[in-house]
Amino acid sequence: MTSSTLPPSRLLIRPSRGWASLQLRDIWLYRELLYFLIWRDVKVRYKQTVLGAAWALLQPLATMLVFTLFFGRLARVPSDGIPYPLFSFTALVPWMFFANALGQSTNSLVGSANLLRKVYFPRLVIPVAAALGGLVDLAVSSTILAGMLAAYRVEWTARVAWVAPLVALALVVSLGAGLWLSALSVQYRDVRYVAPFLTQFWMFATPVVYSSSRLREPWRTVYGLNPMAGVVEGFRWALLGTGVAPGPMVAVSAAAAALLLATGAYYFRRMEKTFADLV
Amino acid sequence: MSEIAIRTQGLGKLYTLGRRRADKYRTLGEALAEAAGWLWRRNGAGAPESIWAVRDVSFEIGRGEVVGVIGRNGAGKTTLLKILSRITEPTAGEAEIRGRVGSLLEVGTGFHPDLTGRENVYLNGAILGMKRAEIERRFEQIVAFAEVEKFLDTAVKHYSSGMYLRLAFAVAAHLDPEILLVDEVLAVGDAVFQKKCLGKMGEVAGEGRTVLFVSHNMTAVRGLCGRVIQMEGGRITADSTDVDAVVSEYLTGGMEACSSREWPDAETAPGNDRIRIRLARIEPEAITVNTPFQVEVEYWNRKPGTRVGLSLFVHNQEGVCIFNSTTAREPCWHGKPHPEGLFRSVCRVPGNLLNAGSYTVFVKFYQGGVKGVLYQHTDLLLFEVQDIVEDRGEWFGRWPGAVRPDLRWTTAVVTEPWN
Repeated sequence: MTSSTLPPSRLLIRPSRGWASLQLRDIWLYRELLYFLIWRDVKVRYKQTVLGAAWALLQPLATMLVFTLFFGRLARVPSDGIPYPLFSFTALVPWMFFANALGQSTNSLVGSANLLRKVYFPRLVIPVAAALGGLVDLAVSSTILAGMLAAYRVEWTARVAWVAPLVALALVVSLGAGLWLSALSVQYRDVRYVAPFLTQFWMFATPVVYSSSRLREPWRTVYGLNPMAGVVEGFRWALLGTGVAPGPMVAVSAAAAALLLATGAYYFRRMEKTFADLV
Repeated sequence: MSEIAIRTQGLGKLYTLGRRRADKYRTLGEALAEAAGWLWRRNGAGAPESIWAVRDVSFEIGRGEVVGVIGRNGAGKTTLLKILSRITEPTAGEAEIRGRVGSLLEVGTGFHPDLTGRENVYLNGAILGMKRAEIERRFEQIVAFAEVEKFLDTAVKHYSSGMYLRLAFAVAAHLDPEILLVDEVLAVGDAVFQKKCLGKMGEVAGEGRTVLFVSHNMTAVRGLCGRVIQMEGGRITADSTDVDAVVSEYLTGGMEACSSREWPDAETAPGNDRIRIRLARIEPEAITVNTPFQVEVEYWNRKPGTRVGLSLFVHNQEGVCIFNSTTAREPCWHGKPHPEGLFRSVCRVPGNLLNAGSYTVFVKFYQGGVKGVLYQHTDLLLFEVQDIVEDRGEWFGRWPGAVRPDLRWTTAVVTEPWN
């Protein structure tokens, strides 16, 4: 049964004009819904599939093996002196998290069409929940990464602490892009088919299978305009000691990510009022 | 009216239909192609069609009033409810709502088939805007109301549809809003379920809450509401506390429009070079479940020698074909070549056949055997069969079943009492 209960005791409904405010307070009021939506997605994902959690392990592992075979062995892509499996897997963990979060949030609105048509709640909750759900898979794949680091006898340093802000950065990027794409996909249905291509191109524009160390400054910093480049190289630096210290490149990435999120959120809010009519 | 719960002022909602009415989804490719075409030609062809789903709607509803909203499909009732529950934004005017709003537009939205009953109660509660603590507090009541205690840890996809609906309704029924907006949720489920819903609705209404109740179930509107708002083409056409008068007017008034249609000019009448329809009519105008009636069709046969056959389909509101009847056993003209000219076929339908509700008539003209369709016309007529209110007691719900025959019953003693 669809229903919604609004907390404010006096509510004025009128057409909105121009750029709407983000109304982040609304999201805070609906934080329990956010929690339940994430909980539902995770629960359903692990309930339905035979492989369950193994799926979250298999996907990056298989990709790593393929990359190692083709890029590491056949193409001999230089990997900054790091064994190629470890080199690529360290990048694949944040990349896969990003790609999954982006994919989930892009499809989230159209997938929740029925909710949009029948219940009121701040629409931002849907793509946000979809992106946050990816953190569970990230936790799973991180355990393999930890295992690989141990197997290759890589020493842990205090730099590991940087992983958390880098994951947050990846989340911001996926959410920023996800807000754009999910709002667009309500209006234009082919966005759903374009998105996977976009993600694929984005991966090759990101130093996942190769290293950005061959770029000279200032080009390496400019490369940070692709915010995922900063995330991936940051990960390598934090865990393997190569790549770039969170200096100018990561700062540029963070700025680009913030811009992406801000524009995405405003675009989303602007289109939000049409969702129930179009979806 | 002491305290106002809902006030609307000139509320309007404009929908742009676009040039392709059928598919509202656009693709990015199309949009780009269109933009390119626009740059190329700049002829601005075809301004997008738009329609006011709700127009100039102003009313005030006092605290504790139970108001029914009636009108045909497409009259704007649901859009109005969607605006008031903030699902869609108005294009014009404003609405003010004082109090916690609960809106129920459908039964079971947000339920996930793979989750268990227990999990769905929490998920659905959260979607409806309940706090987790609230759900926990009412959990026992919800489960008891739904009567699904034994299946709480079973995935709802294994539920019977009745259990599913009961659980879905139970969650919403335990919302605690001051203002309740309800859309046609009672149109689903079996008689027992509907009875339970209506009982709960009556209870809610009795507690002094404000209720806005959209329904096609006139019996329920009559029984529950103290005021009725009638909508047509997006506008309010009646707003009165004399519920019986508005409902009767609505039931008879609307019928004339669709239960009889006439096209005096053979050139513009619907049809083709073989057949054109001159008239289609249901007689008499007002039909209740026990009135016999007839469907009359007058048509021009335009090609001499055609062995015209006529096939009549009656569908109910859910689109189910209730019956199909053909002229195959018509004694005078069936199977004989028809000269050019105007013909009139009449199909007599006995009383105590159709259940209460709206029905559409679909007519197919065919040649001789089943050789070919000459012409067909969907939704040729729309008519209402009214319920008879007598002998129903407290039960406002829809009488179940696609048909409503008046059947003979006998009961006899089979064995003597034990002694």
